[in-house]
Amino acid sequence: MSTSERRGRETATIETAQTGIADGRGMAPASASPAEMAQAAQEKAQVREVIEQKAGGGVSLVAEGVNAWYGSTHAIKDVSMTFRANEVTALIGPSGCGKSTFLRCLNRMHEVLAGARVEGKILIDGQDIYGKGVDSVRVRRHIGMVFQKPNPFPMMSIYDNVIAGLKLNGIRKRKSEMDETVEHSLRGAALWNEVKDKLKESGASLSGGQQQRLCIARTIAVEPEVVLMDEPCSALDPISTYKIEELIGELKQKYTIAIVTHNMQQASRVADWTSFMLAGDAGYGQLVEYGRTEQIFTQPQDKRTEDYITGRFG
Amino acid sequence: MAVQTARRAEKLPGGRVNLAGRGSALGDRAFQGIAFAFAASILVLIVTIFVVLFVDARVALAQEGLRFITGQVWNPNESIFGALPYIYGTIFTSLIGLLIATPIAVGASLYIVEYAPNWLRAPISFIVELLAVIPSVIYGFWGLAVLAPFLRDRVERPLKAALGDVPVLNALVEGPARGRDMFVAGVILSIMILPTIMSVAREVISTVPGTQREGMLALGATKWEMIKGAVLPYARGGIVGAAILGLGRAIGETMAVTMLIGNSSTKISWSLLTPGYTMASAIANQFADANSAVHFSAIIGVAVVLLFVTGAVNLVARLIVSRFGGDTRATGI
Ligand SMILES: Nc1ncnc2c1ncn2[C@@H]1O[C@H](COP(=O)(O)OP(=O)(O)OP(=O)(O)O)[C@@H](O)[C@H]1O
Ligand SMILES: [Mg+2]
Repeated sequence: MSTSERRGRETATIETAQTGIADGRGMAPASASPAEMAQAAQEKAQVREVIEQKAGGGVSLVAEGVNAWYGSTHAIKDVSMTFRANEVTALIGPSGCGKSTFLRCLNRMHEVLAGARVEGKILIDGQDIYGKGVDSVRVRRHIGMVFQKPNPFPMMSIYDNVIAGLKLNGIRKRKSEMDETVEHSLRGAALWNEVKDKLKESGASLSGGQQQRLCIARTIAVEPEVVLMDEPCSALDPISTYKIEELIGELKQKYTIAIVTHNMQQASRVADWTSFMLAGDAGYGQLVEYGRTEQIFTQPQDKRTEDYITGRFG
Repeated sequence: MAVQTARRAEKLPGGRVNLAGRGSALGDRAFQGIAFAFAASILVLIVTIFVVLFVDARVALAQEGLRFITGQVWNPNESIFGALPYIYGTIFTSLIGLLIATPIAVGASLYIVEYAPNWLRAPISFIVELLAVIPSVIYGFWGLAVLAPFLRDRVERPLKAALGDVPVLNALVEGPARGRDMFVAGVILSIMILPTIMSVAREVISTVPGTQREGMLALGATKWEMIKGAVLPYARGGIVGAAILGLGRAIGETMAVTMLIGNSSTKISWSLLTPGYTMASAIANQFADANSAVHFSAIIGVAVVLLFVTGAVNLVARLIVSRFGGDTRATGI
C-alpha cells in the first residue's frame, strides 16, 4: 500500500472516529457524576492528543494461507485475511477454533511454544514476517501484543513496566526522555491520572483493569504499528471494559488493531471488520467469513456465521 | 458409559439424591489415626534429640555461659571452651561454598529450563542429582587425592602470588598454601550443595508463568533479555531461598569437610588459607578423644549450637521458598 493511500485511509478513519463510532457506545456508565464526566472527557482528550502525536500510522497486515500446528495437531488451516491499516478487526468464533493461535502467528509468538510450527505468509507493509532473514524479535517490536490475562511485571514499578520495552536491545534514553515517554504512554492508555502519584509502586499493586491498561501503555510505549489483543477485557469488570473499548476507538487512529473477543457486542462496538472462525469436524480452525462488522452482524453470508451470532451454537 | 447410565438409573426411582451412608468412614478413621501416630512419633523424636543434647551439654554451658559462643579460646586441657572459632569456620566455609555454588546452580538451571533441547534436560538433571547421592566420605577422598593438590597448585599459590602484596586483599591469602584449609573445604562444599540449590532453583525458574515470559517477548525482547527482565526478577525470591537451603546443607556437612579443612588452628582470620574447624568437623574430630566430662559436654554444646543454626537457616529458607517459590504471587487479578 502506498503512503498516500495510507494517508487517505487515515484521515477517513479519523473522521469516522470523530463522528461517532468512538462516542456512540451504549455502555457508558450511566451514573457518572458531572465531575467524573469532566474527568473522563479530559482523559479522553489526553489520549487523543497523545495518539495524534505518534509519528506514522498503522500499517496493514495480510495473512495468506496460514497454517499452524501444535506438535502434530493441526490447529488452524489456510487462514487468509487482511487487517487494514488504522482499522480494528475482530476475530470471533467458538472456543477452541484457533483465534488465539492465529493471533499469535501474527507476531511470531506461536513459535515460542515447544513443538509449535507455522506455515504461510504474513505480510506487514508488504514484507513477509516469516521470510528469510527476518528476526522474530524485530517483528515483535512492530507488532505488539496485549494478553488475555493482564501480565504486568510484578517485580517492576509502574514506571519500569512502561519502559520495559524501551530498555531492550540496548536502547538508552536520557532520564528526562524516559519520564516523557512514561507520561505519554500512560496518558495514551488513559491511566495517567490514576497512577501519576505512585509510579514507583509495583505494577502488581493495581486493579485488574488498571493492570490491563498498564500493559497497553507498555505496548504503545515502543510505538508498534500493529497491536494484537487477545480477549483483553475477558478478565475485567464492565467499567474497565468500557475504558479499554474507548481506548481502542482512539488507538486505531495510529495503530492497526486485531482483537479476539467472545463478546459479540464488543465486536460490534469496536471493530470495523469482523472475521468468524470455526473448527470443523476435522478439528482444525478455519476462516468462515470475513467482512465489515455491520454486514457480518446484520446480513451474514454463511449459515454458520448466522447460527453463531444469533447464539444457536458455540 | 454404560456404567454411568446404570448409576444414574439407580437413583432415579427414589426420585431424590441419596447422600447418606458410612462407606469407607471406618477405614478412613483408622488410616487417619495411623498417619497421626507416625507424624507424632517424628515430633517426639525431634524433642527427644533436643532434650538429650541439652541435658548432656548442660555442664559445659553452665560453666561457660554466653562465653561458650563468644569465647575464642578452646582448650580442653585448661577446661576453657569458647566455640567461636568453630562457628566462624562454619560460616566462612559455608559462605565460600554458597558464593561458588549459587551462580553455577542458577546458570545451569537457566540452561536446563530455557535453552536445553528436550532430550538433554533429563540427563543433565540426573547427573546433577547424582552429585547428591555420592557419600560425603567419597567427596573427602576425592578432595584429598585430586581437589586439594589441584587447588593448592593452581589456585591458592597463584592467588597468593597475585594478592600477596596488595594491601587489604593480602589478608585473604595470609599464611602458607597447604591445600588443607577453609578454601578447599568451601570448594568441596560448593560441589556438595550444588544439587540442593539447583533442584530448587530449577523448580522456581520453571514455575515462572508463561505469561510473564511472553509479555517480555511480545515487547521485542531477545531470549536473554526475557530471562534478565522477566524470569530472574520473578524467580529472585525463590532463588534466594534455594541458596539458603544450600547454606543449611553446607553448615551441617561433616565428613568431607573434616578431611579437608586442616583441623589444626583455632585462629579467626580472613585468610582463605587458614586451616581450621567447622562446628561439625570439631565434633567429629574431638568426639572420640574427649577425656573429661566437661570436654564431652562442651562438644555436645557445639552440637546444640549447630542444630540451632541449621534449624534456623532451613526454616528461613523454607519460608522464603514457599513465599516466592510457587505460582502463589498475585500477578493477575
Ligand atoms: N499449547 C497448546 N498445545 C497444544 N494444543 C493447543 C495449545 N494451545 C491451543 N491448542 C489447541 O489448538 C486449538 C486452538 O486453540 P486456541 O487457543 O487458538 O483457541 P481459541 O479460539 O483462542 O479458544 P478460546 O476462545 O477458548 O480462547 C484448540 O484445539 C486447542 O486445544
Ligand atoms: Mg483464545
